[in-house]
Amino acid sequence: MAFLEAEQLFKTFHTANGDVEALKGVSFSVKKGQIYGVIGLSGAGKSTLVRCINLLERPDKGRILLEDHDMTALTDAELRKERQSIGMIFQHFNLLMQRNVLDNVCLPMEIAGISKKDARKKALEYLEAVGLANKAHAFPVQLSGGQKQRVAIARVLAGKPKLILCDEATSALDPETTGTILHLLQEINKKHQITMVVITHEMRVIEELCDEVAVLESGRIVESGLVSKVFNDPQSEAAKRLLLVRQTQDILKGTGE
Amino acid sequence: MQMEILAQYFPLFQEAAVLTVKLGLAGIALALLIGVICAAVQHFQVPVLRRIAAIYVEVSRNTPLLVQLFFIYYGLPKIGIPTNPYLCGVVGLAFLGGSYMAEAFRSGLEAVPVIQTESAESLGMNRAQTMRYIIFPQALSVSVPALIANIIFLLKETSVFSAVSIMDLMFTAKDLIGMHYNTTESLFLLVIFYLMILLPVSIAGSILERRLRYAGFGA
Ligand SMILES: Nc1ncnc2c1ncn2[C@@H]1O[C@H](COP(=O)(O)OP(=O)(O)O)[C@@H](O)[C@H]1O
Ligand SMILES: [Mg+2]
Repeated sequence: MAFLEAEQLFKTFHTANGDVEALKGVSFSVKKGQIYGVIGLSGAGKSTLVRCINLLERPDKGRILLEDHDMTALTDAELRKERQSIGMIFQHFNLLMQRNVLDNVCLPMEIAGISKKDARKKALEYLEAVGLANKAHAFPVQLSGGQKQRVAIARVLAGKPKLILCDEATSALDPETTGTILHLLQEINKKHQITMVVITHEMRVIEELCDEVAVLESGRIVESGLVSKVFNDPQSEAAKRLLLVRQTQDILKGTGE
Repeated sequence: MQMEILAQYFPLFQEAAVLTVKLGLAGIALALLIGVICAAVQHFQVPVLRRIAAIYVEVSRNTPLLVQLFFIYYGLPKIGIPTNPYLCGVVGLAFLGGSYMAEAFRSGLEAVPVIQTESAESLGMNRAQTMRYIIFPQALSVSVPALIANIIFLLKETSVFSAVSIMDLMFTAKDLIGMHYNTTESLFLLVIFYLMILLPVSIAGSILERRLRYAGFGA
């Protein structure tokens, strides 16, 4: 049974310079506990797609089924409740600079009606889980990029999500930090059985993290399947091009295989 | 400069300073209120109201306070609205300041990236909560330097109140000069009293700005 299912998503943006068709009939399905990757070059429509999943952006056409419930049919209030179980991690970490780490993690819990005391206790647990318990009273400016992303992950975990969406979660980080964040996401997925949809333009993220992958190009999925299959035997031009980008980078780094 | 004249005039200036500050603060408070409303209406593109706000901002910013005061002072009674100098001063200052405050708030709101709203919504916050906990505090910390500059500007602008016969600092100085020709003493006290009002605001403003230096986005 599919845990998350996107059915024929269409989205067009109407701009001053004409219409931009960002999604042209995107469908895919994700099993429970799976880490599903979507890869594509910049402008392919990845962010639009991920924002359609939790309906930050309403698709013009198509449905999102989460555990067989149609998300697109929910009222705003129902949707907000549902969103609390869908965590989202962004490229830029979107922490509040005027609040310390602990308060950043507490805020959504307090707004959801959890008492201050309970929120603090839980927040500390989740900061512990992401390895940042010792920074609870630091302010975001005092943290590195990787540490800020850990805070954002703790904040998401505090909502007890059943699904986590990552939009270029590691794209602002250096390669080494990327590795540790990917490792953390994997650990969270294993330990809590949280399903994830990971959006990226980096091959490496897909290889290290995902079970299945879909290649998105100009608003369409041009290829999808097991990561090993797609990367070893790419069929589409887009997948071949992504592979080439990666190989070039490897050669430039002097670690060509 | 004669000490006894300074001592003799001091209480008069003191009284005028209190009046200046009172009217100034009332006008500034109203200006902040007008500013918040106009900025919100324009930022969230409320139909009709945003046009009214835009017209108001243009009129207010492109006419001198003196003209606005005359208009309120002499104009309003002609269309049946009674007015007095104090009311006129406060309303005039609020009319002028509202547009400056609106622009300050608006630049703050515009500085908060859309992704912050999306991030808050992805955490299950509704619009009102997003505004209150995420957008407004961050917008405010961006706006603070402009708001402080506006407050100082408006306090200085109170010096044209004398034109509608409010006995503020300027009026007192002109009055005393006219009566006793003690120009040096009067002007000296005038400068000292404006400094006493404005310096603390300036200093408090710089301290506040320094404390808000942490403000930033995308981190
Ligand atoms: N809010 C928007 N308004 C207008 N055009 C947009 C908007 N969001 C995205 N687009 C356009 O949709 C296309 C896909 O963008 P996006 O989903 O951000 O791609 P990606 O995340 O893969 O880089 C791009 O051409 C982009 O310019
Ligand atoms: Mg993107």
